Amino acid sequence: MLHKSNNDAQSTLLQVKNISKKFGDFYANDTLNLSIETGKVHALLGENGAGKSTLVKMMYGALQPTSGSIHWQGQHVSIDSPAHARNLGIGMVFQHFSLFEALTVAENISLALPAQLRQGDLSQRIADLSQDYGLPLNPAALVADLSVGERQRIEIVRCLLQQPKLLIMDEPTAVLTPQEAQALFSTLRRLVEEGCAVLYISHRLEEVKQICHDATILRHGKLVAEVDPQVETAATLAQLMVGASVHQVSRDANDQVGDVLLELSHLYKGSSTPFGVDLVDVNLQVKSGEILAIAGVAGNGQGELFSVISGEECNPNQNFISLLGQISDGLNINQRRCLGAAFVPEERMGHSAVEHLSLTDNILLSRHACIDTESSLDLGWLGIDRNQLAHLNKVIGIDYDVRKSKEDAIAGSLSGGNLQKFVVGRELNRQPKVLVINQPTWGVDAGAAALIRQAVVDLSRQGSAILIISQDLDEIFELADTIAVMSRGQLSPTYAAGDLSREQIGLMMAGSHERSAQGSGA
Amino acid sequence: MQLILEKRAQASDVMNLLSPVLAILITVVMGGLIFAAMGKPPLTALYLYFIDPLTSWWSIEEVLVKAGPLVLIGVGLAVCFKANVWNIGAEGQLTVGALMGAIIPVLWGEWQSPLALLAMLCLGALGGALFALIPAWLKTHFGVNEILTSLMLVYIAQLLLDWFVRGPWKDPNGYNFPKSVSFEGWHLLPMWGDGRMHLGLVVALGAALVLFWIMRHTLKGFEIKVVGSAPRAGAFAGFSQTKTVWFCFALSGGLAGLAGLIEVAGPIGQLQPHISPNYGFTAIIVAFLGRLNPLGVIFAGILLAISYIGGEGIQIELGISSKITQMFQGMLLFFILMCDTLILYRLKWISAKPNQHTVGHTS
Repeated sequence: MLHKSNNDAQSTLLQVKNISKKFGDFYANDTLNLSIETGKVHALLGENGAGKSTLVKMMYGALQPTSGSIHWQGQHVSIDSPAHARNLGIGMVFQHFSLFEALTVAENISLALPAQLRQGDLSQRIADLSQDYGLPLNPAALVADLSVGERQRIEIVRCLLQQPKLLIMDEPTAVLTPQEAQALFSTLRRLVEEGCAVLYISHRLEEVKQICHDATILRHGKLVAEVDPQVETAATLAQLMVGASVHQVSRDANDQVGDVLLELSHLYKGSSTPFGVDLVDVNLQVKSGEILAIAGVAGNGQGELFSVISGEECNPNQNFISLLGQISDGLNINQRRCLGAAFVPEERMGHSAVEHLSLTDNILLSRHACIDTESSLDLGWLGIDRNQLAHLNKVIGIDYDVRKSKEDAIAGSLSGGNLQKFVVGRELNRQPKVLVINQPTWGVDAGAAALIRQAVVDLSRQGSAILIISQDLDEIFELADTIAVMSRGQLSPTYAAGDLSREQIGLMMAGSHERSAQGSGA
Repeated sequence: MQLILEKRAQASDVMNLLSPVLAILITVVMGGLIFAAMGKPPLTALYLYFIDPLTSWWSIEEVLVKAGPLVLIGVGLAVCFKANVWNIGAEGQLTVGALMGAIIPVLWGEWQSPLALLAMLCLGALGGALFALIPAWLKTHFGVNEILTSLMLVYIAQLLLDWFVRGPWKDPNGYNFPKSVSFEGWHLLPMWGDGRMHLGLVVALGAALVLFWIMRHTLKGFEIKVVGSAPRAGAFAGFSQTKTVWFCFALSGGLAGLAGLIEVAGPIGQLQPHISPNYGFTAIIVAFLGRLNPLGVIFAGILLAISYIGGEGIQIELGISSKITQMFQGMLLFFILMCDTLILYRLKWISAKPNQHTVGHTS
């Protein structure tokens, strides 16, 4: 075990001593020690299920430790609720947001603020502060119409308005562009200069190296190392995290490119909600054996594009979309599935899976309409073929390394990474000819992400056409054969992945291709 | 100091099952206290209310006769509520069903055949279903809240019935009483026992069993649960929210209409201004007490039927107004919702700075 020498005790803001948390017989956290110092960004690293969330929830008062203690500015405290934590000066930005969709940005923020902070022109303060910290927000926008990335900004601004001494951030850059992430880092650097401490949870080792001063690494609920990320490499950090070296995605050159299996031509789609994004003249082609990645900042029409291609929203009387050579605008999602397409939405909970249903029920969710198993899963009045579902669940569990507490566990009991492996496995198990996948590895740990990416690459090399919508440029460069960029509902022309640099993509994300690009119709 | 509801990390499965039992117990205790406060012997009153109806065959039959419509309507509502569709207007659908089914005895009184009865049953279900589709249509096309529309349509239906029995359908030989002609022959359900038990019971039981199977085992049941609990996942599964709303309203309205027809073609035997002691509203309690499970609804229906008979019983024996029935039913719904809430949330006293806690935190 590596140990960094303890710095000046004066600057210790929060200290966790021998803390354990037991769920039943299972130790989610096993005698952990951690100290966070003012003016530093402290990284908390670990795979999904390593116990990071449990630890952080105890610091934030959402869970109570089984044993051990927490010390705040040298005083022993028992943080019995998130409100108490906020009173102490601990702010937290969760990976899953707690926002009211029907309310505006300003209303949401107002709800979580103490009365004295609600005085005056809150909207103006939100606009100013968000502008100031490089997190632009329209206080009057409805949350329902905002992207994940924009929702995250609300959470950050909400915390910053309370001027926390310690800001806990769970996977904050998962939804940001490189430029946005850099902007967030300057925000964090500025906070740290102002004397705030930041506890930074991330799987992205490069950025941990970039902004963190200390790093604590957890594995299976135990502390495995405290290191200085500046002297480690991403590879050594990853090795400490997973306890073995991480699988690199292997990708042959795609010389097997074949027919166009998915094509959008001059697709226009007015938004169905007042604050949504209109899709304007979107053109793309994905060929058999090819992976096209659409880069872009969240909320630029990717969600709308996904629902149009998947058929969650279908538009009879149009002919923009061709799936496997067939005009598909009027087909619903199941008819498109039966043609051979498969879809993986961005949000796991409540969209691609139902939290309180079992895994077999969740398989049924997207597999009930087409007979791509031995026989139909839907036996009509006789019920549902539970045997086949159980078999599918077993196969998916094995093929995609889904770790679960029992064979047919409740979906909500799986960690984010395992649930995503399950959801992707459920679709890939069908051997779809066309796969559309939105944010394939958002908030997923390194091991699970590698497995998912490899599975996607393997599928394409077997001749499927794959469309990936992602904000993660590392992922895009790792997977894509061709790249297009989306901004404000417009899609750039498609480029070969090798012809683009991160900077060029960044500029296109900011809209450099919009309108001016005459080639977009070609 | 301020009292807030804080979401529990995990709801207890055991408590979830015990919730109705607990609600019944609290209702009984509170009922006893109320009887005592009224100066009546509480134990005697509770015995007369809950137990006595089950001590003679005559009153057991009477309980079953009342349980029939409650179960029939309750199972439909249970499916509705599972889908997050809030049909509060079963009472109105029951009324329109009775009116529709009565077309045959009132206008074609000479058509006497088993087919006439079958046609009446079909018309009853059809009337209830069509009437229920009004709020469904308003909801899916204009986004109007179905709780309000379905409830308000109850009064329209009741006034419609009132108008029919005082106006065009009044029995010409009925001494000006607001009643239709008495149904006869094949326009009445087969009866047995002491002459009050009728075919409706079998229909109710059958509906509960069929819906139990559908909800538990078929794709349709799965669809209803998914659309109700996770609408976006429902869309991803290709289940239409609109179709679910229409299906649920048609189903629950149809069953309510059938229950209405069974009432007028069974125990009542004609149309009159009042054909139901609020079965359509009481069935809401039945659905919740039965945990929105069609089998649970059977037991809940019997219990609520006892509350009707028991109310009549203590009115006779102790001179307490039979309005006590509505009070018991109200308490029961209140306590079951309370138990359900406390399963999901815990009460917490918060000291000072009340404005910090508008909602329990979720993560």
